[in-house]
Order: sequence, then structure tokens, then C-alpha cells
Amino acid sequence: MSAQAAALDPGAQAAVHVHSGPAPVRIVVAYGFWIFLLSDIILFSALFASYAVLHGHTAGGPSGRELFELRHVGVETLSLLFSSYTCGLALYAAERRQLRAFYVCAALTFALGATFLALELQEFAGLIARGAGPSRSAFLSAFFSLVGLHGAHVTTGLLWLTFLVAQIAHRGPRDFVLRRLLCFSLFWHALDIIWVALLSLVYLMGAR
Amino acid sequence: MTEHSPQPAHGAERPPGAAEADRPGSILLYTTGLVFALLLTGASFLVSQTHLLWGPGVPAGLAVLAIAQMGVHLVFFLHISTGPDNTNNVVALAFGLLIVTLIVSGTLWIMAHLDANMVPVSAIMEMTR
Amino acid sequence: MFGKLTWQAIPFDQPIPMAASLFVTVGIFSVLGLVTWKGWWPYLWREWLTSVDHKRIGVMYVVLALVLLLRGFIDAIMMRSQQAVAAGGAQGYLPPEHYDQIFSAHGTIMIFFMAMPLMIGLMNFVVPLQIGARDVAFPVLNAISLWLTATGALLVNVSLVVGNFARTGWLAYPPLSELRFSPDVGVDYYLWALQISGVGTLLAGINMVTTILKLRAPGMSYMRMPVFCWTALCSNMLIIAAFPILTATFGMLLLDRYAGMHFFTNGGGGNMMLYINLIWAWGHPEVYILILPAFGVFSEVIATFSGKPLFGYRSMVGATLAICVLSFTVWLHHFFTMGAGADVNAFFGIMSMIIAVPTGVKVFNWLFTLYRGRIRYEPPVLWAIGFMVTFVIGGLTGVLLAVPPADFVLHNSVFLVAHFHNVIIGGVVFGGLAGVNYWFPKAFGFTLDRRLGALSFWCWLVGFYVAFMPLYALGLLGMTRRLQHYAVRAWQPYLIVAEVGALIILCGILAIIAQLVVSIRTREQRRDLSGDPWNGRTLEWSTASPPPAYNFAVLPTVTSLDAFWTMKESGVRAPAEHYEPIEVPANSANGFITAFFAVITGFSLIWHIWWLAILGLVCAALTLMAFGWIERHEIEVSAEELAAAERAHLRPEVS
Repeated sequence: MSAQAAALDPGAQAAVHVHSGPAPVRIVVAYGFWIFLLSDIILFSALFASYAVLHGHTAGGPSGRELFELRHVGVETLSLLFSSYTCGLALYAAERRQLRAFYVCAALTFALGATFLALELQEFAGLIARGAGPSRSAFLSAFFSLVGLHGAHVTTGLLWLTFLVAQIAHRGPRDFVLRRLLCFSLFWHALDIIWVALLSLVYLMGAR
Repeated sequence: MTEHSPQPAHGAERPPGAAEADRPGSILLYTTGLVFALLLTGASFLVSQTHLLWGPGVPAGLAVLAIAQMGVHLVFFLHISTGPDNTNNVVALAFGLLIVTLIVSGTLWIMAHLDANMVPVSAIMEMTR
Repeated sequence: MFGKLTWQAIPFDQPIPMAASLFVTVGIFSVLGLVTWKGWWPYLWREWLTSVDHKRIGVMYVVLALVLLLRGFIDAIMMRSQQAVAAGGAQGYLPPEHYDQIFSAHGTIMIFFMAMPLMIGLMNFVVPLQIGARDVAFPVLNAISLWLTATGALLVNVSLVVGNFARTGWLAYPPLSELRFSPDVGVDYYLWALQISGVGTLLAGINMVTTILKLRAPGMSYMRMPVFCWTALCSNMLIIAAFPILTATFGMLLLDRYAGMHFFTNGGGGNMMLYINLIWAWGHPEVYILILPAFGVFSEVIATFSGKPLFGYRSMVGATLAICVLSFTVWLHHFFTMGAGADVNAFFGIMSMIIAVPTGVKVFNWLFTLYRGRIRYEPPVLWAIGFMVTFVIGGLTGVLLAVPPADFVLHNSVFLVAHFHNVIIGGVVFGGLAGVNYWFPKAFGFTLDRRLGALSFWCWLVGFYVAFMPLYALGLLGMTRRLQHYAVRAWQPYLIVAEVGALIILCGILAIIAQLVVSIRTREQRRDLSGDPWNGRTLEWSTASPPPAYNFAVLPTVTSLDAFWTMKESGVRAPAEHYEPIEVPANSANGFITAFFAVITGFSLIWHIWWLAILGLVCAALTLMAFGWIERHEIEVSAEELAAAERAHLRPEVS
């Protein structure tokens, strides 16, 4: 607003050319969330580093090779990957105000994410039942915490998605809700990126 | 702080995660990304579980495939590009990756050396006698 | 029903903690009673507790810091007194299990609840004004950050009355901090207080980085930003990068203590050195998070009171960025002696020496700014000059410690204690007090009393040297840190001198309190009507004192570095011809209420009251969701109001 008024003055015109002033809200919100995600990735990297240090410390207990079931992990991976895909489609639909497509894609995202979570909980329960719970050894503490933290993020994401769908149902695709949806999609894709690291470094390397 | 319309009038800047404004075929972009990701994931499983890749090279192979999968996510799902409308987002990402590298490699290096210098348990038991 | 909590938790049988608890409890209830009796609650709630204005939040951060300075300082006096008497066979007046809590609380409070809030408060207040913005990027998140920090501070102080605090030092190394060796609630108080406030700090970091990168006024390119904004940017980038490591590490220790895991335990394959490695990977950037804003304060103060632009702006920016990156490459120097070997020690030793270079560049730039300047010796400049001398000495002892062979002699001695107090007091505390003196008139509309400001400076300066120089000598003589008593009688004279130094610092603190009281009493004589009491160079001085809620009626257009100086040089500042209405975010109780539930959650987790912890957590989550559901209100400030305010502010200027 003031930029337009000042644009009449050549000095001010030059100033605006150098830097045009505060960014629109959508960019501010998305960028803030982006750097939050980077901080979250650093959080995960501290746990990854701990896992890397402790993965051999099995205290006489079972190791990854004995515990990891790759078929199970494969289905988890596909669920999460497809839910990332449907999330992208959901955002695409919402931004174009195609609400029916949005609801379908959001529901699929939720269902696939919930599938991932159910499979993971099943895996954890199985391990605990076999006496390979997190208090068995440092390796298992690190494994459960790292994978569990990711699962906790997925759970939070599902709650968040439900909240956003409710808001869109209640208020329609308003600007401030769409900004939050953009942030959610950043979050959801980032979780899949972290899963790629988990899959490769924990499960695939560990199962060899 | 008043609201602005979703299309930024700001000096050519794109929020992270947002597709380019005038780009058709976004669905194609997502689907392509999905296909690439599926292929790379499949390759990871193959590399890890079969002997297609030379044994000692498997960790490196898995790492490369993981990085490729992450790249696919960043480019096809998160629309991160190296264009001038995305510079801030890429710089932030680069900073984050730098920190992650320093922490992880630093930790591994330090802990490996500490481990190597650790007195063996048998010698510790001798000392307590 | 109440977990581990019983009436035994209150230290009825220990006179000193009981006296302290009574003092604190009576103090808090007196303040609450006074506020109630005077009917100030509606005002406090409306104007401060639910405010999302960065200026109010900044002030509250600084108030928190100054209050906790008193608490942390009392701990310091108690320690100095104990060490002054406990020589030879004497046991002093503090038993070891109490002394250990005091040094742990002292460090924890001073770093997390004094130094951090002081710097964050100054950055919160100043940065949006200096970049020509109306507020930070996320005002409600800003309030949440403040109140979560206050939650942590509250929990630490509750441990004084209910239960006990950690006895493990300010970083709680395992295995001592594990359940086996610290079964009581002390370490849990420490961990939950810091986890909760850590979330607040991380969110504040994200807020400030987004603000600086995305909300600068038209024309304010990066190289036209004040140096304080650069140091704020780099400090907050470090917060974003480092605090997740702290969260992860404390999280792992909490899992060990609460869920029987084996990250750092003696058995089960745990690795204690992993904790030490990770905690210092956070800990070293943390000290740079503290010092960079202080460097920024000094840059502003020295330039303003020399009447010259800061010398070497580009090299200042470069040095700040260099420090930012290098701070992640030196952390092992905190544990040279713990077995990593020569290669690793050599690398980190060399990096620790390299990181001193950019700081040296800054010192030279400040000296060249002062050179040939027309220096006005107001209190902020006194602090700045005191800082330069003191911090250089402290930095030099740091470079000495960076040499691994030297560190093998001096690690964990009082030489180390002297070094870090040298740089933290000489750097962060002096910087904070300089900043408070400098920006106080902007925040409250009147200047602080000069003479009491100078008095507090001289007491702090002299007191610091008298208190800590003996510790350098003692460290070289072999005295270890954290000793509740010691056999070597020859150390006692030094420690008595150190006690005297602490008492001189006490005078400095009393002088600060006096300065505030006297200044408030005589504020009409020292009103700042122009908004620019120091003939400043940067944009915050272009606003009224205190600035209106919206900061700038019209966003300034910036054409150079030292934007306000340029505006003054180019002539009379007149009100704009045309104003557009501005929308200001309404207050929000989100931060305060979320923090309330965070206190409940934290306390219940500490005492193992599981049902209450879950309830607290659910309520906190519901609070966030409820506030997220309602659309945020904004208050419109009309064009007429803007015009009237601007005319009132600029009237003295129009000739």
C-alpha cells in the first residue's frame, strides 16, 4: 500500500526495486513452517546419530536381522508413499476449490496414514511380546524411539488433517485454512522423506 | 496485518511446497514423482535383499537410492526448484542439511574414536582387583 | 492418586530450604495480593498477559530475566559464602546434597532463565522496529513462546518448595542423572522445565528468523539491515539448528528415567559419552546464541554514542555469519579429556582457535568506530567499554583452554569457571544491561537515571574482577570446580576475596534496582518527547516513545544503511499526506492458558501423577485447537487516529 504511494517518488521507486517490502501472508506462514520442519529434521538427525552409535549395542539381546520383517515394512512404505501422493492431490484440489475431490483425497490420505500407523503398532506390539521391547537393550531403545517418534508425528498429522477437514467443511476453503493445508502438506511430505531415511538406514541396512 | 490474495505480487517469491502458479499438469507431476519413488523404493529393497549389487557396496548403494528418493519427494511433491523464486527455501534447506551433516558425521567420528580408546572390560576388571 | 507426591516433599526439616521457600512463597503471594487489592488484574490481563504485541512481550521477557537474575545471584552468594568458610576440616553451612542443588540451580537459571530471556526479550522488542515492520511474523506464537519459558522458570522455582532440584550440575550428565543414581524428582524437575521452555525457545527462533527474512520494510535489503538485526538473525538461526538436539537428548534421558530405556545407562548397552557429545553439540552453539545479540547491542550502542557509522559493516556481517557456522564445529572442546584421542582433539582445538578470529574482527571494528568519534559517556557506552576489555580477557583464556594439552590441566577446574563467567558476564550480562539502558526510553518514554546506571556499571565491573580473577589463579593452583569443601587451606584467602567480589556485584544489582525505582519516581523530569533521546541512527528511533501498537503509521521506505540517520540528514520529517487504516492483531489468551496447562502437565509428570499429566496435556492440546478453530480477530486503527498520533509525535520536529 505505502509502496504504491511511494512509487511516485523516484528514490522510493529505487528502494522498492532493491527490496519490495514485507512478503504476503501465505509466503510468511509457509516459510515459517518450512524452517520449523528443518528444525524437526535436525531433531530426527540427533536420534539417527544415536541409533547409528547404539545399533550394535544389543546387550546380548536380539539384533535387527532377527527382528525386522521386510514384507511388513514394505507395506508400511507403500502406504505412506501413496498417502503422500493423495495428500498432494488433496492440496491441488482444495486450491482449485474442487471440494468433492478434496474430501476424497483427504480421506484416502487419512486411511493410508492410519494403515501405516496400525501396521507400525502391530510391529511394536509383536516385538514387545517377544521380549524385544525398548528396555531390553540400547539398540532397541534407539530403534523404538526413532521409529516411534516418526509414528508420533504421523499420529499428530492425522489429528491435524481431521481438524483441517472439519474446518473446511465448516467454513469452506478460506485463505487462512488453505494456508494451513499447505503447511500440512509440507509436514506430510517431510514425514515421508524421513521414512525413506528410516527405511534405508534402519530396516534395510539392519536386516542384512 | 491485512490479508493478501494467494497469488503473490511480491518480487517473484514462491512459498515452499506451493506449485508454480501458472503450471498446468500438476497431477502429472505428482504421478511422475510417485512412479519414480516406487521404482527407487523397489530398487532399495532389491539392493538390500539380493546380490544384485556387490556386497561391500550395498550401504553406499542404499544411501544413494535414499538420497534419490528424497530428491524425488523434494522436486515432485514439494516443488523445490533452483529457480530465483525459490532461493530462500533452498538456502534454508541447505543450511539445515549442513547442520545435519556436521552433527551426524561429528558424532560418528567422535564416538568411534571414544570407542576405540575405551579400555577393554577385562582390563577394567583387572584394575578393580 | 498423587503419584510420588506427599507432604514430605516440603522441606519442613531443613532450615535453609524452608526459609528460602517461605521467602519465595510469601514474596509471590504478596505480589499477587497487592495486585488484587489494587484492582490491577483487568489491566494486567488486557495489556500484558494476553498481549501479542512484540514490544510488550519483549518487556516481559526482560522482566522475567531480571527477576531470575536475583534468584540465580542468591545461589551465587550462597556458594561463595560456603566456599569462603569450608577450608581445612570445616564443613561450612551447606551440606553437600544441598550445595549440589545450589550450583545446579544457579547454572540452569542463569543460562536458561536469565541470559536467554534477556537476549530474546531485547531482540523481540527491537528487531521489528529496526526492520520497519509492524510486529513479528507470528504474534500469537510469540506469546506462547514467552509463557512456555515462564512455565519452565516457574517449575524450577517450585522445586525449591516442593521436592528438590537436580544435584547433577547444569547439564545433568549420566550416569549420575539416571534413575539409579538420582532416584528423586530433582532431575525430573530439571528435564521437564527445560523441555517445556525449550519448545518456547525453538518457536521464538522460528518466529524471529521468518520476521527478519520476510518482513523487512521496502528498500531494506540485507546489506541495509542494522547489525543488531544480523546478529539477531544468526542467533535465531542457531536456535533453530541447536535446540532440537537439546530436545532429543533430554527426551532420551527422560525415556531412560521413565520408560526404563538404555540410551545412557550403565547397563543394557547404554553409552554415556553419547549424551555428553550430543548435549555439547547443543551447548556450544547455545553460548553463541547468547553472545551474538550482545555483540549486536554493542555495535548499535558504540555507533550511536560515537556519532559515527559503524566501522566495517561488511566485515561485521561476514564475521557474524562465520561465527554462526563455525559454532557447530567446535563442541568437542568441552570434553577434550574424555578420551577421543589426539586426532579428534587436534581438529576441534584448531577450530576453537579459528572461531576467535571473527570475534577479533568485531573488536577491531568497534575500536575503529570509537576512534575519532565524539564519544558521549552514557551508561550504555560504559557497559560497552567494560565489555570490550573484559570479554577480550575472557576470550583469551578461552583460546588458552582450546589448546588440548592446556585443557588437560585446566578442565573442570575453577579456571574454567572463571573463563565462562568472564565471557558470559562480560559479554552477555554487560550486553543485556547496555541494551536495557539504551532501549528503556524507547519502551517506556523516559530515560533511566544516569548516575545510578554508572554506579551499577562500576560495581559490576569491579565486582566481577574481584570475584573471578582469584579463580583463575586457583584453577592454575589445582582447585576443582563444584567443591562443597576442600582440604587445601592455602586456597581460602583467594575464596574470601572472591566472596568480597560477589558482594560488590550485589551492590551493582542493588544499584540497578535503585536505578529503576528512582527513574520511575522521577520519570516526568526525564520524559522523552522526541522519541530519539540518543540521536540514534536506526529506525526504532523514528517512532514515538513508547511506539504505538502498530509501530509505523506508514511503513518506512529505506534507501540506505542507518535509515533513520539518512532521514534526519535529508531534512524535516513531516506527517504523510495520506494514511490507510491498519489492522492490528487482537489480544489472545492462547499463550497464557496453554502455559497454565503446561505447568500442570510438567508438575504431574515430575511427581508421576499420570492421570493429571494426561489431563493437562489434553487440555493444552484442546486449548491450541480451540484457538486454532476461531478465526483470529483484528482491530482496525482508522486513518484519522493514525494522522492524529503522527502529528502529536512529529510536532516538536516541524519548525
